[in-house]
Amino acid sequence: MGTTAADRLTPDTGLTPDTRVFLDHAATTPIRPAVLELVIDTMRLGGNASSLHAAGRAARRIVEQSREQLAAALRANPSEVVFTASGTEANNLALKGLFWAARDADPRRRVILTSGVEHHAVLDPVRWLAAHEGCEVVYLAVDREGRVDPAQVREILLDRADEVALVSVMWANNEVGTLNDVKDLAHTCAQFGVLFHTDAVQAVGSVPVAVDEVRPDALTLSGHKLGGPIGVGALLLRRDLRPVALLHGGGQERSVRSGTLDAPHIAGLALAVELAVAEQPAYASRVGQLRDLLITGVQQVVPDAVLNGAPGSGRLPGNAHLTFPGCEGDALLMLLDAAGIMCATGSACQAGVPEPSHVLLAMGRDERSARGSLRFSLGRSSQERDVDALIDALPGVVARARRAGQR
Amino acid sequence: MSSERRRIVAALSGGVDSAVAAARLVDAGHEVTGVHLALARDTASDAPGSAPGARPSRGCCTAQDARDAARIADVLGIAFYVWDVSEAFEREVIADFLTEYARGRTPHPCARCNERIKFATVLNRAIALGFDALATGHYARIEPADPATGRGPTLHRGADPGKDQSYVLAMLTADQLATVVLPLGDAHKDEVRREAARRGLTVAAKPDSHDICFIPQGSTRAWLAARLPARPGRIVDGATGRILGEVADLTGLTVGQRRGVGLPTISSDQQRRYVTAIDVATATVTVGALTDSEVTLIVGGGAQWCGPAPGVGWRGRVQVRAHGETTPAVLTDVGAGRTVLTCELPVRGIAPGQLAVLYEGTRVVGSFTMDRSAPGVAPAAVAADVVRGVSG
Repeated sequence: MGTTAADRLTPDTGLTPDTRVFLDHAATTPIRPAVLELVIDTMRLGGNASSLHAAGRAARRIVEQSREQLAAALRANPSEVVFTASGTEANNLALKGLFWAARDADPRRRVILTSGVEHHAVLDPVRWLAAHEGCEVVYLAVDREGRVDPAQVREILLDRADEVALVSVMWANNEVGTLNDVKDLAHTCAQFGVLFHTDAVQAVGSVPVAVDEVRPDALTLSGHKLGGPIGVGALLLRRDLRPVALLHGGGQERSVRSGTLDAPHIAGLALAVELAVAEQPAYASRVGQLRDLLITGVQQVVPDAVLNGAPGSGRLPGNAHLTFPGCEGDALLMLLDAAGIMCATGSACQAGVPEPSHVLLAMGRDERSARGSLRFSLGRSSQERDVDALIDALPGVVARARRAGQR
Repeated sequence: MSSERRRIVAALSGGVDSAVAAARLVDAGHEVTGVHLALARDTASDAPGSAPGARPSRGCCTAQDARDAARIADVLGIAFYVWDVSEAFEREVIADFLTEYARGRTPHPCARCNERIKFATVLNRAIALGFDALATGHYARIEPADPATGRGPTLHRGADPGKDQSYVLAMLTADQLATVVLPLGDAHKDEVRREAARRGLTVAAKPDSHDICFIPQGSTRAWLAARLPARPGRIVDGATGRILGEVADLTGLTVGQRRGVGLPTISSDQQRRYVTAIDVATATVTVGALTDSEVTLIVGGGAQWCGPAPGVGWRGRVQVRAHGETTPAVLTDVGAGRTVLTCELPVRGIAPGQLAVLYEGTRVVGSFTMDRSAPGVAPAAVAADVVRGVSG
């Protein structure tokens, strides 16, 4: 054909990138230029990190330096880093791999505790284990803001600690942005000798993540949420844990995750994590102020808009999640999209069919408000004019969506 | 199509017709947004349904159609969304489909969907959201309103006689037609397929859909049997009144049907036997020769006129099935909730629940749902009490 995918890229709004307002950083935030350069340079270098010759050594050096760089940024041990191809893969490895290993060691251990507000990359593996592998899932309740109470975990563990294979609770919610007290959760589990995994995909780079302080047994992170490339993630996994592998093959990554090491993406991930963690305090302060400006501004022009999730420092600095009574979220999204403003209704949906957010339902909201919500997520490149553009467009968009009504 | 730039929702089914329809609007310079309608969903997921975040999974064909529709929008470079109208579809189309069959009638779900979903729920939503019009890939033509004469927009047969779909759009009012765009009205199917291939649309060779979209395997009786209680009945010879046999479940039978009744399809005197009537109240299926189902008098519910309502004595042609011949007919009574039509030649196999569509030349005059029909009654002899008394 002679054309590449990039040649065929055509803007579908007729707007230039400068006039578009991107408020969906929680889906994918743009790659950092320095990271992009590093990925390209490393890709040019080539080499298989498992080879014994000079080219292999060069690639291996990049992978191992990246491992150290990533571990240092998160105050973990390099030997704890397992590189994966995505956050989803890291979650699957933690949940399935650790469940199988725990059950194999002790057949009574077949319970997983998790919350109803987890990302589908946690909920769906757990549901699959329940349907096919005899796992019993205990869903932890969340409060109105979407938070798990560690006391609830303690109570269940007092009763059934020796039946529990794993506890998995997210660090920060991807939809409503609420932060969990993962330190308390991890310590509670540790007291009972129960494994604790946390999906920290939204947290790393946005809030302080110090593995040596929180001490989770497994922690998931992903490249494209923090300025790294798409297609790479990592599981920080306690050195002595031996999850059953999902991918068998060449024995890379402690034989836990076989597959030729993707040195270019691994290098990009490590640099992105290092930069994001270094900039985190300044980022949280600047973007947190923008977020508050956005929330206040929205509620000024749409007074009945309701903020979901925890207020202030209890939520991700870049997350503003609001319900617009009387509107369909997907109608709002479409109208904003047509005005050049990109946001999200929640987590991604199946074949484009919008579902009421399982997160809001678990938080006790009814289906109507769960359908009429939007997530605005800010990032490194966000500016006050992005917020201004949203506030300008919103009254007309909400009025129109209200006329179209709710199902 | 006017030359001004309009904001148009193009309904994309994932098939070739709606794809080419949308493409033509893009070429004409309109601001086109692709919308795929999620009509039915299968809530029986393989995962335990009570778990938080359990997603209702849709039938595989539907999901494939949604992907095809999204891909079409990508190729055309237009925005694309899925609108979930499954609740309205369940309420307005599927529930009606079940009720009608339970009454021994034969509903027309595609026409019902056009009337209640596509050109009602979806069109209204599009207009409320600030769009100017809704476009579909139907093969029918809309003549725009003529401000000079004050005539509103009119609906006409599509140019391709093999594909004409004016029958299933006949219930559209002039108001609706003013905000509907049918870019394939002048097109022929083979030309549309060639155009799709030329445009690089991967659905160019996708087969036409003929079945009812919410009945996956195409077996309406099996689908109904899973949802409605079985209605055992007797089979009666319409000519002699003799009981010919039993039928385990008369639900889903249709007037004009020959196979699947549970009788030899040919009677002892070598005549082919057809269902000529279904009476749920007495659990009776009447069968007879094809000529036994010939009628000239058709009685139905209130008509939906596409333009000014014609009066008694109107003369034109009637079409009683989606792909059928037309017959000359005279409107012999018209009133609130009732329409009576007298055909000048006998028509066969009228199934209560189906649409009668009235035409003047290529123009759709109106339509009504047929309730009853009766053999030859001369137009002059039709009195209201006769009409009320017709059976079958």
